[in-house]
Amino acid sequence: MYVAVKGGESAIVNSWSLLAETRRGDTAIPELTLAQIRAQMPLAVDRVMGEGSLYDPELAALAIKQAAGDLVEAIFLLRAYRTTLPRLAVSLPLDTARMHIRRRISSAFKDLPGGQVLGPTYDYTQRLLDFKLAAEGQRPAAVQAPEPVAARMPRVTDLLGKEGLIPFEAPPDGDPEPFDLTREPLEFPASRPARLQNLARGDEGFLLALGYSSQRGYSNTHPFAGEIRMGDVAVEVIPDELGFAIDIGDITVTECQSINQFAGSADVAPHFTRGYGLVFGGSERKAMAMALVDRSLRAKEFGEAVNAPAQDEEFVLYHTDNLEASGFVQHLKLPHYVDFQSELELVRKLRARHQAGASTEQKAAA
Amino acid sequence: MNQTADSMQHATAATPPPDPDQREANRHEADSVRARQRWMAVLARASREELEAILGMLPPQPAWQWLRRPETGLAMLQGRAGGSGERFNLGEASITRCTLRTAAARTGVACVLGRDHRHAELAALLDALLQGGESVRLERAIEELAASQSARRELAARKTAATRVDFYTLVRGESA
Amino acid sequence: MNAAAHSKQPAATPQHGATDTAFTPGFANPVFDSQHVFRMVLDAMAHPGSVRDIATSVEAPGLLQPASAALLLALADLDTPVWIQPGAAGAEHATTTRFLGFHCNCPLTHDASAAAFALIHSPERMPPLSGFRLGEAEYPDRSTTVLMHVQSFDGGPTVQLSGPGIRDRQALSVAGLPAAFWKEWCDNGLLFPLGVDVLFISGCRIAALPRTTRVEA
Repeated sequence: MYVAVKGGESAIVNSWSLLAETRRGDTAIPELTLAQIRAQMPLAVDRVMGEGSLYDPELAALAIKQAAGDLVEAIFLLRAYRTTLPRLAVSLPLDTARMHIRRRISSAFKDLPGGQVLGPTYDYTQRLLDFKLAAEGQRPAAVQAPEPVAARMPRVTDLLGKEGLIPFEAPPDGDPEPFDLTREPLEFPASRPARLQNLARGDEGFLLALGYSSQRGYSNTHPFAGEIRMGDVAVEVIPDELGFAIDIGDITVTECQSINQFAGSADVAPHFTRGYGLVFGGSERKAMAMALVDRSLRAKEFGEAVNAPAQDEEFVLYHTDNLEASGFVQHLKLPHYVDFQSELELVRKLRARHQAGASTEQKAAA
Repeated sequence: MNQTADSMQHATAATPPPDPDQREANRHEADSVRARQRWMAVLARASREELEAILGMLPPQPAWQWLRRPETGLAMLQGRAGGSGERFNLGEASITRCTLRTAAARTGVACVLGRDHRHAELAALLDALLQGGESVRLERAIEELAASQSARRELAARKTAATRVDFYTLVRGESA
Repeated sequence: MNAAAHSKQPAATPQHGATDTAFTPGFANPVFDSQHVFRMVLDAMAHPGSVRDIATSVEAPGLLQPASAALLLALADLDTPVWIQPGAAGAEHATTTRFLGFHCNCPLTHDASAAAFALIHSPERMPPLSGFRLGEAEYPDRSTTVLMHVQSFDGGPTVQLSGPGIRDRQALSVAGLPAAFWKEWCDNGLLFPLGVDVLFISGCRIAALPRTTRVEA
């Protein structure tokens, strides 16, 4: 029960100005610009866009600045801003097969059409702090190859799907309009589109831990990174007044296809199964974690026993949203004075009774 | 702008007409739609400054009428499970759209990612002017814009290519 | 959708490969105008049976009247399927759907039981109210709001209304309702909390019948 308390208005107003001053810090130091955050901390921007569920790098940069670098707070700001904008369109499904590739690897297959393309990855960096970055004036120049990467790189899973080695994922009959978590409450059992939408907006840390747990044995997935690709995809919509699709610009996404083993059953021969991750920007770790958790949540579909947290739909899907989690955890800061007072009285009574009982026993024993 | 299956807004495909003139007209229509899609994609990817510069090099335009003033909203982006399977709602992107009618009775439509009203306005105006097919200068400017966008993409693709792993250097150049 | 597009344009050069989209304009000031309309509907629902003039300057293309056009501009969007009573002339119907498609982006549905809003332009031929979306036990609000064009609020048969929002009784005269309407309205009331809500529309004037409103026999 929350108590409506009065007073504190000027304290609150003053906390705003103190916050603003603290956030700005020493004014002798140049102020952060949105352009800097956007250009030089793109992975923070990507995370905020992904979990904020709003692809707008400038707004995400603003949120990060306003939140003084607290990304979960920034995600909150972006989600809140989202609610002020009307929905005008639904895009055609993003075609990741036609992505302008900036990175594309597979740990399952060595030789792919188009090759293994590392891109701007941290994977091969030595994790040693680079003190050269403490100075400014960096003007690094990337090496250019004589020829560009292949314009079109087919998805590994599509190629193998055609060969029958991996089940090819096809849309159901009629290619139905998917469930929308922003419009309908989540109900169980959840459909795959509902799960994927939930995971795409989910907290990276939570999904990473769940994915990790699934690899350590709390699940049965034995995953391989079939393909990870990052790059730009075109967004297309069909404006009502035109009746044909138009290309409204590019966004960057990272896609992870995991390939997992399935033991098979009496009726079904052993075959590979798949997990899928798709996120805004270059949040590769999140895409991988999403694919692992997607696969774990498909346990029932493959007749697997559901006995691990990562396979438990309700446990996973109800706790992925860091806004909800943060809200409930932080709500504890709201006044609970009356609640606590009544708890205090109860504990005092029980202690008194406990002590009275103890002294009675002592008397009886004596 | 919605894709619901039971919507009456999207007319089902017409039965193919038999006569060659009609077929020719349809081909022409399809070509002009493709041309328009192409320049709209270029306009959407251009910066506001680039479009201002193009407008600046044209003669002053008479006032146009708004059918829909620039408005910013959301587009829900969809993906497919496994890249090819059932659709799911991935997350939203900010978009800005507008529709205008020029004095020459051309309707310009723009829908672009982001929240820049002026970008949408310029894209819609140029879309209307390009439909007229009268300005060679304009068409050339768009081609240049497309070429520079292509060049930027190609540069990025060459930097990316430098990070491609060559497992067998002997095989390089054999498979064309 | 494209076929009917050229029909309304006065001597305009046919567009080169483009659908003609010189639609009737929507709200002059979308933010303020839609807030105003929303407020008017809210007041009408809060005071059932009272007639209000929503004073809109929106033109009413096709099958719409100024108040129903304004209502849909304010309330219909990508998430609200709209059902339009069939049986009207093709050109008028097309003009209406084009207007709504352009300004509201609302999905149009043939299925009355899926509609968030229903437009009834010819009440004498209206389908039964029970055919619309009536809501669910968990979400009784997921029901159809029925917009009914009536002849006028003067001179028709008068009924006495009662219920939440009405002190004692509210008289309402509506001309142009089918004879069976009030019987159907009573049946609708029996479904509470499910059922539909109705907005009568005549030109710029509206009167609301939320499902809690009862009519005296």
